[in-house]
Amino acid sequence: MDAAEKHLEELARTGYTAGFVTDIEADTVPPGLDESVIRFISAKKKEPAFMLEWRLQAYHKWLRMEVPDWAHLNYPKIDYQAISYYSAPKSAADGPKSLDEVDPELLRTYEKLGIPVEEQKVLAGVAVDMVFDSVSVATTFRKQLAEAGVIFCSISEAMHDYPELVQKYLGTVVPQADNYFAALNSAVFTDGTFVYIPEGVRCPMELSTYFRINERNTGQFERTLIIADKGSYVSYLEGCTAPQRDENQLHAAVVELVALEDARIKYSTVQNWYPGDENGKGGIYNFVTKRGVCQGDRSHISWTQVETGSAITWKYPSCILRGDDSVGEFYSVAVARAAQQADTGTKMYHLGKNTRSTIVSKGISADRGQNTYRGLVRMNRGAENGRNHTQCDSLLIGDRCGAHTFPYIEVINPTAKVEHEATTSRIGEDQLFYCRQRGLSEEDAVSMIVNGFCKEVFNELPMEFAVEARKLLEISLEGAVG
Amino acid sequence: MLSINHLHAGINGEEILKGLNLEIGAGEVHAIMGPNGAGKSTLSKVLAGREEYVVTEGSVRFLGQDLLALEPEERAHLGIFMAFQYPVELPGVNNTYFLQTSLNAIRTARGEEPLNSLNFMKQVRSKLRELNMDESLLRRSVNTGFSGGEMKRNEILQMSLLEPKLAILDETDSGLDIDALRIVADGVNALRSPERSMLVITHYQRLLDYIQPDYVHVLSNGRIIRSGDKSLALELEEKGYGWIKAQEAAA
Ligand SMILES: Nc1ncnc2c1ncn2[C@@H]1O[C@H](COP(=O)(O)OP(=O)(O)OP(=O)(O)O)[C@@H](O)[C@H]1O
Ligand SMILES: [Mg+2]
Repeated sequence: MDAAEKHLEELARTGYTAGFVTDIEADTVPPGLDESVIRFISAKKKEPAFMLEWRLQAYHKWLRMEVPDWAHLNYPKIDYQAISYYSAPKSAADGPKSLDEVDPELLRTYEKLGIPVEEQKVLAGVAVDMVFDSVSVATTFRKQLAEAGVIFCSISEAMHDYPELVQKYLGTVVPQADNYFAALNSAVFTDGTFVYIPEGVRCPMELSTYFRINERNTGQFERTLIIADKGSYVSYLEGCTAPQRDENQLHAAVVELVALEDARIKYSTVQNWYPGDENGKGGIYNFVTKRGVCQGDRSHISWTQVETGSAITWKYPSCILRGDDSVGEFYSVAVARAAQQADTGTKMYHLGKNTRSTIVSKGISADRGQNTYRGLVRMNRGAENGRNHTQCDSLLIGDRCGAHTFPYIEVINPTAKVEHEATTSRIGEDQLFYCRQRGLSEEDAVSMIVNGFCKEVFNELPMEFAVEARKLLEISLEGAVG
Repeated sequence: MLSINHLHAGINGEEILKGLNLEIGAGEVHAIMGPNGAGKSTLSKVLAGREEYVVTEGSVRFLGQDLLALEPEERAHLGIFMAFQYPVELPGVNNTYFLQTSLNAIRTARGEEPLNSLNFMKQVRSKLRELNMDESLLRRSVNTGFSGGEMKRNEILQMSLLEPKLAILDETDSGLDIDALRIVADGVNALRSPERSMLVITHYQRLLDYIQPDYVHVLSNGRIIRSGDKSLALELEEKGYGWIKAQEAAA
């Protein structure tokens, strides 16, 4: 241990024992991160003792970690001491008073997506009397879920109501010190979602964060934990197609999935955080750690994502295929246009026998957008007859954008087989002309070609989500050609 | 119907069409023959509105409109259809979906109701039967992995559905086996009507046995250097292009 580390350890220890006086009444803490802030967050949320312990552990690990710099991304250094790590859920009264006060650009997009006015208000943070539909819909759904024995609540609630489940699984898939952002999240996460599907239960509906949208300000350091017990099934939808603004530039979420024997988890994401202006200014930096473990034999986890937003995306939803005959899947569409940068992909760790994984990645770059696929397939010693198929396609629109592919393959078991295919194509003048000669407008032609390119991924999305995703893609690429 | 006057056009600063004149009346079938590189495909692309080809002189009128002022899709809406010499692949785009979108775009532009999927499928099926084509082509991605012959048949299927006013066929017969050639010719003949015109580009007299053209033109070095009836095609088959070029040079 060198001197600096020693000093930190020392600081940490003294801080730990000395205790901090925190003003529990306050609504926010001043910018900066130290132990007192973490104690404050934990106290504010009236967490059980083990949680505070756990957060502090993560914090001390984080202090000794470095920001990863291997991604194909370019952004100014983030000052972690300039961020405020807690602010109480905002009351609606702080938001705009009516839609007239909302950025017209945002409203235009809502309109194009066909979002009803009442919902637009909610999304834009306008103070509304909370009689809008989804609240009552949410209550009916909750009742139905409770009857099936499904737990679907915020992770803060889960800590109080199901502490043994949280303690058993939290951090088992993404350990505290997994990476810089995960460690930070573990120390300071404010809220997120908890799901537990009991043995043999098929969750009676798609679970969606949408129904929890009225909980504001949890986006920055969100934490999600989903456990599917033996033989159960759940499909979970994260995000929504409406562009969301957030004053917090840095997002560092963690998602953990646990699938026990014969269980199946389908996790779908549509991410459309604000990408920033032409130069990426004001856009969200999205550093997410998502990982699932196929713990039991014949378990199955599948990730599907459509990433169109954020100035920076750093995201590798992964599967640890521990159970024999378990299956991991990753289907992804990532768009980078204007000054957006996306470095995304997946990792498939094959540990069990006859484990199979499929990766389908579709990267679309336009304007000056930079899109990187980064993937790892690892066949461990025990991965007898492991199989992976990777298909990695890039589509370029215009000639100033870029597509990069970094597939890493590590095969230790000689019976395992890994296949990798990659293509790069450009939306050609030939294709556009062909479509236009058949009567399509240029814009319809582009969206038809792009949708064709993304088809294998959209096919994996739940029906309604797929329709929205298609529309979203159309809007995100508007004006990208010509 | 179509009136091309003194057309000069080129690409990358190089002139390819050098003062081309051509009149096509309603209901007429014109065949264009000519040596490789003469400018036949260039002519069809200029008519269809491919932007890379720049018109430097001359005019083209179609149904009373200045054709050159229109976007490619507007020309399609007016009834111009071009069967591509090299059809383009659209991976992941379902062929049925493409056909329906295309037909409905054109119907909408003409002020007609778009067809719903049920009626559309009825119509496609009957066309497929007429053309003796296999339905499996519909379920595949547009032209993706199609054999040369399948691509050409797919072009003919599109043409039959869209029922254009002026169909331009750029070497649709090249690379076809005898049966496929028949299908293409039958497709063309089925569309013949007093208000529909065709411009058929071909290298082979054989196609013209099936599609009896009203006129045959020879395009060479960017201009039409000889026009005649279908006997001209037979003469060309026998003697090649050399003798006309020589006469042209002497004149
Ligand atoms: N995009 C282009 N770039 C450069 N040259 C071109 C381009 N398109 C056509 N040309 C040139 O223009 C001339 C005419 O080409 P075009 O394709 O019109 O000939 P064609 O009569 O259709 O020949 P073929 O019988 O071989 O199909 C050729 O010399 C060709 O190389
Ligand atoms: Mg040609």
